[in-house]
Amino acid sequence: MEELYGRVHSFQSMGTLDGPGVRSVVFLQGCPLRCCYCHNPDTWERAGGVRTGAGALFQRVRRYKGYFGARGGVTVSGGEPLLQAAFVRRLFSLCRGDGIHTALDTSGCILDEEARALLDVCDLVLLDLKFTTEEAYRAHTGGSLAKTLGFLDELERQKIPVWIRQVIVPGFNDDEESIGRLNSLIAPYSCVERVELLPFRRLCLEKYQEMGIPFPMGEIPEADPLAVARLQSLVRLAK
Amino acid sequence: MQQWEGFAPGRWQDKIDVRDFIQKNYTPYIGDDGFLCGATERTARLMERLNTLLKVEQEFGGVLDIDTTTVSSLTNYQPGYLCKDEELIVGLQTNRPLKRGVNPFGGIRMARSACESYGYTLSRKIEDEFTYRTTHNDGVFRVYTDEMRRARKSGVITGLPDAYGRGRIIGDYRRVALYGVGRLIAEKQRDKAALGEGEMNVDTIRLSEELYQQIAFLQKLIEMAKMYGFDISEPAKDAREAIQWTYFGYLGAIKEQNGAAMSLGRVSTFLDIYLERDMKNGVLDESGAQELIDDFVMKLRMARHLRTPDYNELFGGDPMWITESVGGVGENGVPLVTRSSFRFLNTLYTLGPAPEPNLTVLWSERLPEGFKRFCAKVSVDTDSIQYENDDLMRPIYGDDYAIACCVSAMKIGKQMQFFGARCNLPKLLLLCLNGGHDQLSGIDIGPKGEVYEGEVLDYDKVTARLDEYRAWLCKLYVNTMNVIHYMHDKYAYEKTQMALHDTDVHRFMAFGVAGLSVLADSLSAIKYAKVKVVRDGEGYIKDFETTGEFPKFGNDDSRVDEIAGEQLRLMIDELRKTPAYRGAEHTLSVLTITSNVVYGKKTGSTPDGRKQGEPFAPGANPMHNREEAGALASLSSVAKLPYDCCRDGISNTFSITPGTLGKTKEEQVQNLVDILDGYFGNRAHHININVLNKQKLIEAYNDPALYPNLTIRVSGYAVNFHKLSREQQREVISRTFHEAM
Repeated sequence: MEELYGRVHSFQSMGTLDGPGVRSVVFLQGCPLRCCYCHNPDTWERAGGVRTGAGALFQRVRRYKGYFGARGGVTVSGGEPLLQAAFVRRLFSLCRGDGIHTALDTSGCILDEEARALLDVCDLVLLDLKFTTEEAYRAHTGGSLAKTLGFLDELERQKIPVWIRQVIVPGFNDDEESIGRLNSLIAPYSCVERVELLPFRRLCLEKYQEMGIPFPMGEIPEADPLAVARLQSLVRLAK
Repeated sequence: MQQWEGFAPGRWQDKIDVRDFIQKNYTPYIGDDGFLCGATERTARLMERLNTLLKVEQEFGGVLDIDTTTVSSLTNYQPGYLCKDEELIVGLQTNRPLKRGVNPFGGIRMARSACESYGYTLSRKIEDEFTYRTTHNDGVFRVYTDEMRRARKSGVITGLPDAYGRGRIIGDYRRVALYGVGRLIAEKQRDKAALGEGEMNVDTIRLSEELYQQIAFLQKLIEMAKMYGFDISEPAKDAREAIQWTYFGYLGAIKEQNGAAMSLGRVSTFLDIYLERDMKNGVLDESGAQELIDDFVMKLRMARHLRTPDYNELFGGDPMWITESVGGVGENGVPLVTRSSFRFLNTLYTLGPAPEPNLTVLWSERLPEGFKRFCAKVSVDTDSIQYENDDLMRPIYGDDYAIACCVSAMKIGKQMQFFGARCNLPKLLLLCLNGGHDQLSGIDIGPKGEVYEGEVLDYDKVTARLDEYRAWLCKLYVNTMNVIHYMHDKYAYEKTQMALHDTDVHRFMAFGVAGLSVLADSLSAIKYAKVKVVRDGEGYIKDFETTGEFPKFGNDDSRVDEIAGEQLRLMIDELRKTPAYRGAEHTLSVLTITSNVVYGKKTGSTPDGRKQGEPFAPGANPMHNREEAGALASLSSVAKLPYDCCRDGISNTFSITPGTLGKTKEEQVQNLVDILDGYFGNRAHHININVLNKQKLIEAYNDPALYPNLTIRVSGYAVNFHKLSREQQREVISRTFHEAM
């Protein structure tokens, strides 16, 4: 089989925060969105990163298989992995063939043939539902909520387990109404197993400074973990 | 025999064979921690009393009191108690809790300066007595060559046990409980008589005299116990006696010897047999069983030796390495985990976190899940335990081995080791480049050769030089160790501990290396980047300018990981070329204790970019903050180091923030179990686990009152953070904490 190449931003051998259990996390290069709180601005440019073969990347992930236990596996994040869906599909096929659990961390902003095909080999999708109104979504990410919801429709159709994620940013979406809207948005979907609210943090500030670009959220305080925990308690799943 | 009633009979009755007794009688436990009990009121009261004493000890600068007029031995002190009426297990090293005795047999100078550094003066009586007595230290220095002295002074070999007890010998203290000392004496007398029937030569005469001493000290052990009101010439008849007898064995050893590491062995499953029998007989409940273990562990936490400040630099935090190995699996595949394996770990809750005893979990993929999870939970909660790979060691040492000190495995009662500290690998690299000249101290140590010519270091030329100087160093190192251990046997022989071994014992000579990751990264820099030398006025190399990228140990990159492995193989091969004293088997460890700080201080700048005086990484750890691919890559690099070259152990200290390990406590525990399974599945040997935030250490550094009982794992053992020197504390803080960004 001919090797498929993708652009990889970085490889983190261990993560426990992006999917179940102990996981290796691959960060891909390139993203069509420009979220105001993005903590990986260095993944935006599609041309950057290191050109890497899917087979080679699989071999690297496989080295840590023994650590994954019964729950862990590999997570592909970004950037936006859907920009390189064929590459990810190859990686995930190889992983699945070796019994490694696969998780895709995405905003769901692209749904073409390649993305659909990729879903065939995803054991879990971490779907980032960034804002709960079309206006806010457009204003703060440059993308469209409708696309994310369309992607969620496809996940429901294919019966792929989904964890919805949302970064809680003070003053943007840290209110009960926003959580209420989130609850209504996900109510129709039985594929949603879990909702994770993640507190906005300012750790990425340094990255912006290094890159010499302004951090749009420069004045926004970090989210209070207790406040986020309170909002989390308001989340309702369909099941 | 009445004391053995209810035990399944076996070979153990006819000959000394504790393993056979365990295998025939223990009750495996495969459940979870649900059965455990908390501390009783009595335990809490005693612990409060002990905590008060510990606080005063800390306020007094680390030493509560010293008896400067009595030489420490088995029967030289009147019985001492923490609280006589309430203690279930009794016996102290001296007549009062935490009071330290002096032990000048290793060297009178060390004893004298230890007293002085805490404001005491060694009594005239002891000074006089030792004027006419040769100590181990005297003997060694009578024989040391000039070259040995220079190597020692420059720090290319350091921490040599030439002025204190060598330690790392584990008496089989369980024999005292199972057989009674009377039986043990009879066996030794029989061995001595048999020895006399053969040829009398240097070896047999020495052994025969040792047996005489062993018997004499077994008799003293009986006497010591008698002072506390017990007759240990007979076997123990119940659980309380079994624990008491075992402890008396250990107590005798630490009264007699101030060895660096005085490890306990593997007693929990053995004692569980007695606890189970009493519970079956209806005379003990779970709370009572935990209380006995608690009281035992409380005694162990009171053990102390008198050390000098120099010593504390190498072995920071006043450690005793009362290592107790818990868990593991039998040769038949059945886990050796019992309820008492849990009870020992539970003392970290009932008595609170503490560095001693050095609880060491022998990990196997076949350990019961409930036990694995409990261990991980204890790690997440207390940072007080270490893990070693039972699946790696069992095929070599069987299923009745224990860990001495941090990572040294040996069959209990059948194998012992001659402890050999360690040599400084980065310093060796610098010596070979400078033709045997130590640029830092200005003295010539190794064979005089040409200083490396040329501006840029060439990998093949450098490794060829390294081979030459390694050969020189290894021969010197073995010879130095031979001198030390000959003299230790002669003047400070471990009579009590060796009496609790088989007479025919297998010996290891345990060498060590420090700074492995610095050496590996330096060689990698020479091979894959460009390393230019910087010379001093006399033409000696004093620094390096390294440009370009190079693979660094700790990123699971085989290009450099293989260099590290190769260096270890070359080292042990070279050591084996010089025969070791008493036919000992050469072994090697990658372990530093806290000496990585001192070693760094005594070593100039290295080609990996480390500057003169900067600490090495501890043990086999990758250098601080050079790990770019995350925790599993780091673990995998260490796991690749070959245990077959390093049979004395490969130590890794792993720190991770709670949030990085998992979102909830439950996830943290399960993730840690998975990580340990993966790490050991990759044939790694050892790991210390710390689950804590760097911020907490910084706060503790700035305000010691904030977390007075903060316990953390350092290379191979645990310490109270506040007992480390400021320098050691800073080094711990500067290490890599695996953290999710």
